[in-house]
Amino acid sequence: MGPAPDVVEVGTELPARSFPIRRADLVRYAGASGDFNVIHWNERVARSVGLPDVIAHGMLTMALAVRVVTDWAGDPARVVEYGVRFTRPVPVPDDDEGATLEVTGVVAADLGDGRVRVDVTATSGGQKVLGRAQAVVAL
Amino acid sequence: MPIDPSYAGRTYPPTDTYEVGVEKIREFADAIGDPNPAYRDRDAARALGHPDVIAPPTFPFVLTFRASRRLVEDPELGIDYSRVVHGEQRFAHARPIRAGDTLAVTVTLESVKSAGGHDMLTSRSDVATVDGEHVVTAWSTLVVRGEG
Repeated sequence: MGPAPDVVEVGTELPARSFPIRRADLVRYAGASGDFNVIHWNERVARSVGLPDVIAHGMLTMALAVRVVTDWAGDPARVVEYGVRFTRPVPVPDDDEGATLEVTGVVAADLGDGRVRVDVTATSGGQKVLGRAQAVVAL
Repeated sequence: MPIDPSYAGRTYPPTDTYEVGVEKIREFADAIGDPNPAYRDRDAARALGHPDVIAPPTFPFVLTFRASRRLVEDPELGIDYSRVVHGEQRFAHARPIRAGDTLAVTVTLESVKSAGGHDMLTSRSDVATVDGEHVVTAWSTLVVRGEG
């Protein structure tokens, strides 16, 4: 593994990131992941099942959010556990801006054995979209 | 009709094997917009001590999503997929998936709960090499929304 972050203590804030999510990103993620659920690309169907618009794949949101942790950790393999709850959908309008995901992370606990828990906060449109988003990092 | 909780514990036979390729990892990394060289460049991955390019932490979903179809389409469970939303997801890695792995997935329905007219199914997908090395376990909770 590569070098670990220099300063790691409970309360350490990870560099915040902002990620655009556009319709084209949903199409690309559908193809790469194999998740072709129509609510991620067909506005007509999305609205017919009560959604405000096409929504991002939860798994895409989850993948973007952990970037804050993998970029900080140096070697992505240091992220040994990662879990989230999908608490709110991320609608992606059909325009050039799409949606924006704002992500922060903080070292929340020292688990011993060279492991820390990072708590991740992901918001879009000012609303939290992931709950209990936590990664365990082996330093 | 609620899903019978006695189905908890049901295990599905391992999937056909999946060969992890460099280009699939790169495609996935592109799709999540992550330029990390460990996902793309063999030398960069080796410099970190990995035998080949590694996959991002959520890449196992590519395999476990396919594998979970056998549960979602199990006629005895009778899940209406149009009512399914993804409630929770978690991964625990013994090591990262990497290019050159040949993997199979064993899916177990861990729990079935009903609350507020919805059913919550938590499945565990164990991903292992054909040689039996455990690589990663993924837990996925699907919420089947009630008809109300």
